[in-house]
Amino acid sequence: MDLAQNILEIIENDPKIDISEIAALTGRLDEEIRDCVCQLEGDGTIRKYKTIIDWDRVDNGFVYAIIEIKVSLERETGYNVVADRISKFPEVRSVRLISGDHDISLTVRGKSMKQVAFFVAEKIATLPQVRSTATHFVLKTYKEDGVILHETEHAERLPIVA
Amino acid sequence: MKQSTQNVSRLLHKRQTRVSDTVQSVPPSGIRKFFDLANELEGVISLGVGEPDFVTPWHIRESCIHALEQGHTSYTSNQGLPELREEIADTFRRDHSLHYDPNEEILITTGVSEGIDLAMRAILNRGDEVIISEPCYVSYVPTVIFSGGVPVTVATGIENDFKVTAERIEDAVTEKTRAIMINYPNNPTGATMGKKDLEEIADVATEYDLIVISDEIYDKLTYDGKHTCFSSLNGMITNTVLFNGFSKSHAMTGLRVGYALGSSDIIGAMTKIHQYSMLCAPIISQMAAIDALRNGREEMERMVREYDRRRHLIISGFNKIGLDCFWGKGAFYAFPSIVSTGLTADEFAERLMLEKRVAVVPGNVFGDSGSGFLRCSYAASRDDIKEALLRIGEFVESIAGIA
Repeated sequence: MDLAQNILEIIENDPKIDISEIAALTGRLDEEIRDCVCQLEGDGTIRKYKTIIDWDRVDNGFVYAIIEIKVSLERETGYNVVADRISKFPEVRSVRLISGDHDISLTVRGKSMKQVAFFVAEKIATLPQVRSTATHFVLKTYKEDGVILHETEHAERLPIVA
Repeated sequence: MKQSTQNVSRLLHKRQTRVSDTVQSVPPSGIRKFFDLANELEGVISLGVGEPDFVTPWHIRESCIHALEQGHTSYTSNQGLPELREEIADTFRRDHSLHYDPNEEILITTGVSEGIDLAMRAILNRGDEVIISEPCYVSYVPTVIFSGGVPVTVATGIENDFKVTAERIEDAVTEKTRAIMINYPNNPTGATMGKKDLEEIADVATEYDLIVISDEIYDKLTYDGKHTCFSSLNGMITNTVLFNGFSKSHAMTGLRVGYALGSSDIIGAMTKIHQYSMLCAPIISQMAAIDALRNGREEMERMVREYDRRRHLIISGFNKIGLDCFWGKGAFYAFPSIVSTGLTADEFAERLMLEKRVAVVPGNVFGDSGSGFLRCSYAASRDDIKEALLRIGEFVESIAGIA
């Protein structure tokens, strides 16, 4: 496998891993790994090192909502202008163009349901291109970005088998 | 009280003699002792396991649930589900350009171990010899003995990266030799053999008209180069009984499903024994195997990439500790030498378990030529491997301090 791909697969699941450990796992030198990671960071392939947190376990955690939006398009610029504008709000965690009944899907994070509802009503619904919004509050997250938060598997193996 | 003790001892005496001479002649597996020891201790990190630490991919588990819901709990045909045999035939045609007739040349077995037992019983007459490259998986020698055959082991060694040589095989051939048994990628050494190496073995097989029993259960776990099916070698498709399955490649050990490929006379004979002993492999497992072949490639490749990372981690780790370890290119075993410590493999493994709580398997369990080595499985999490290496390092240092 290509070294860059190998590194990306390792880092995606473990951003805290040392350069020297990646070197051990891939059978390469530390410098080779450092160069490759630098390049991947530089060219924007690696965007950010993030942590998946189960906010439900934290007092005063966050409330999430999925907002679906219908927009009226501008002739010249398509969806990009409105999407860029929505992306600038820090409350908005993700912005996606989607197929189906709606045009754009957002994930919004706030401190309370009230705060999220008002944010949508005041900041999103009032944008001139937005025709309608539908807000779905997240009640419980079972799996986040490939990580199961709800339960872990326990499959026992015997300690010694031929 | 006295009366009952006497009864018990009489019973025990009688029981011993009730077991056949053949079965008595086979010693219990050397792994047993370590197994019991590991079970008594707490906090043991195990590098002793010959099975993936991954759980069976969810889509395969899901297909088992679906099969149960649909009520697929009956027998299948003795040879196995036709769909599965066709899927296997397609796979070999696509990946190896090998043509096996799903109706006559493929048999679905309850794991490769059953298949090898069937093959031995199908081809051996009393006293026939089977040449087995060694160190080898623990079942091969007993299976030959149980079938009335005589195992003739041929040593492989570190000087040749644990590849078996044509020369040694030829030296072991007698007029009673019926078959050669090989297993590459190899358990317990992690050795692989390239096409050229295998062709030399094929030449010997042709010259003396020997059947080659090739256990290729670890074929997908080849990290450097490409695996060569023995039956793809020139003229070998009729002389080879090839074994494979789903346990290692798709993390399906407990589902017990494998297959044998060979010419119709041998597969037919094996099917005859299979139909009277096993009847058929479990239907749920066979349906899971179909799903593994149709939809399992991506998950399998993901697991193989992870094994390869661990392989680098563990082999370089052993060499850093000062235990010479050759770069095996297959399976999921590292096979470091512990000769430099002055201990035997048995002593090393037992003391490591008791003093450092790390379970490994001494190489001599797999035959004399494994003496002085340890089999360490890297089908364990990276964290476990790192911690185990740390503890083994401390242990090696503590021995060096004394000596």
